[in-house]
Amino acid sequence: MDWVDLLFVAARVVGVFALLVVLTIVNIWLERKIVADMQNRVGPARAGPWGILQTIADGVKLFFKEQVTPRKVDLGAYLLAPFLAVVPAFLIFMMVPLGPGLEIAGRQVPLQGADLNIGILFILAMSSMAVYAVVLAGWSSGSKYPLLGGVRATAQAISYEAAMGLAMVAVVMFSATAPGAENGTLSLAEIVERQSGTWSGTVAFLDPVVGLIPRWYVFPQVVAFVIFFLAAVAETNRAPFDLVEAEQELVGGFHTEYSGIRFAMFFLAEYINILSMCAIAATLFFGGWNGPTWEGIVPGWVSAVLPVVWLMLKSYVLVVAFFWIRATLPRLRYDQLMTLGWKRLIPASMLWLVISTVVIGFRQFGLPFIG
Amino acid sequence: MGILREFWKGFKVTGSIGLRGLFGKDIVTTQYPSEMREKPTRFHGRHVLNRYPDGMEKCIGCELCAGACPARCIYVRGADNPPDDPKSPGERFGYVYEINMLRCIFCGLCVEACPTEAITMTHLFEMSVTNRNDAIHTRKELLMAEDGSVPHIYPEDPFADLSELDAADGWLRATSPSGVAAYEGETMWQATPGPASWTPEPDQETRDSQHG
Repeated sequence: MDWVDLLFVAARVVGVFALLVVLTIVNIWLERKIVADMQNRVGPARAGPWGILQTIADGVKLFFKEQVTPRKVDLGAYLLAPFLAVVPAFLIFMMVPLGPGLEIAGRQVPLQGADLNIGILFILAMSSMAVYAVVLAGWSSGSKYPLLGGVRATAQAISYEAAMGLAMVAVVMFSATAPGAENGTLSLAEIVERQSGTWSGTVAFLDPVVGLIPRWYVFPQVVAFVIFFLAAVAETNRAPFDLVEAEQELVGGFHTEYSGIRFAMFFLAEYINILSMCAIAATLFFGGWNGPTWEGIVPGWVSAVLPVVWLMLKSYVLVVAFFWIRATLPRLRYDQLMTLGWKRLIPASMLWLVISTVVIGFRQFGLPFIG
Repeated sequence: MGILREFWKGFKVTGSIGLRGLFGKDIVTTQYPSEMREKPTRFHGRHVLNRYPDGMEKCIGCELCAGACPARCIYVRGADNPPDDPKSPGERFGYVYEINMLRCIFCGLCVEACPTEAITMTHLFEMSVTNRNDAIHTRKELLMAEDGSVPHIYPEDPFADLSELDAADGWLRATSPSGVAAYEGETMWQATPGPASWTPEPDQETRDSQHG
């Protein structure tokens, strides 16, 4: 590893950072616009065409606003919390492979912040870290509403992380069934690679049909996907699971006492987390950047960019689903939230894990109807 | 799976409305202030003090509006008309006329109380001020000019819509239809500030012959 490699690493990190900031600006605008459409409103329409610059205007305003620090705060934790929210959010997205990697000047440059061989574990760890931000923000504000929001965040994160992790485990185990693979893998880049191609050759008598279906894990792992998606909505504290910042009860929840750029950081983290969760769902279940690149038919640079476009398309379908859910469903009651987490999702994900294990086990013994 | 059916119903509502909204359909909000909603004819906006077509003020300074006002926001002081330069056809005219718009509840009782239809309401609703004293509208703001135009407190405001001051509320005359229920639906209101434009109310004999 020489300085050129280091330069590439730095470029990747900066690139992902810039991409996330830009996409967050777009996402906030997109959410406001979509929810407005669903509520017979217009949404932001003043700043720029279709109001697309509204988020930038809001960001600039927040950046220059006074940062009010209440007297009773625990200053260290209070100042730390916004960073603790943003940094894990960025780190999670660093794990998402954006494309198959480019060959630049004889060097292989993966289009990914970092290709860890424990990527999925890292994602789970970082999404747990993000909870500390909410807890610390709630506790250090020295005020009752943030505290209640922080307490709710802890309980909610613990409840849904288990289901989410178990849903991911099913995918990891299933990735061992890929042709030529011996073990499952925790590396997201590897999981995406294993989803290339079609299901051809898996179910012998259905080959003409399954040979046309892309080898996305959502088809065999649809239950895992539903569980993962529900848990992702809860994990990012989005409606209908937004008890952490339930406006009607808790003012703003954990960020009640934050203003200016510190508040903006919580906001940024929330939207990065939405995008990350959707990108991870697209990566684990929808083949990530896999898609036709039409090499030789379209110009070379188009083929190089297309994987990123496919990933973004898949992610954004899920992002819009997040917004749609927010516009449709009312907030859950607290006991309903806990019931759904502990009595429905966790048993369902465990059951699904057992079923997956049994089926994958059968496959090892070469039963006639599975591969 | 009843809950799934309920989910489907809910998502169908937001989805179909969202799709229609995407193409700009069924939008119920308007882009105020560049796009104004049409106001109902009888909208209660800011008051105006009317004049007769010959330029005489209708207000005779009787203070009945001030007496009728439930918010006590009107202050009137009448004065005798100068004999050589009368302001109104009567003996007296509204020498001081003030309405505190911060207290006004826009009930329109002043309009009903006025015996000469001197005070009516317009469609102007933008009356924000940066100073409490500015919220007290005096003769200067309320009295229409001799050509029938009504002063605006911020005429230079780019968003000021002066036409709102020309559209008077369709003020329903408060006179009861003399005990004849059939007269109820007959609106006798004027659509613009200024002199009464409707035919005079028929007398009792005409009315009895019409409605039995």
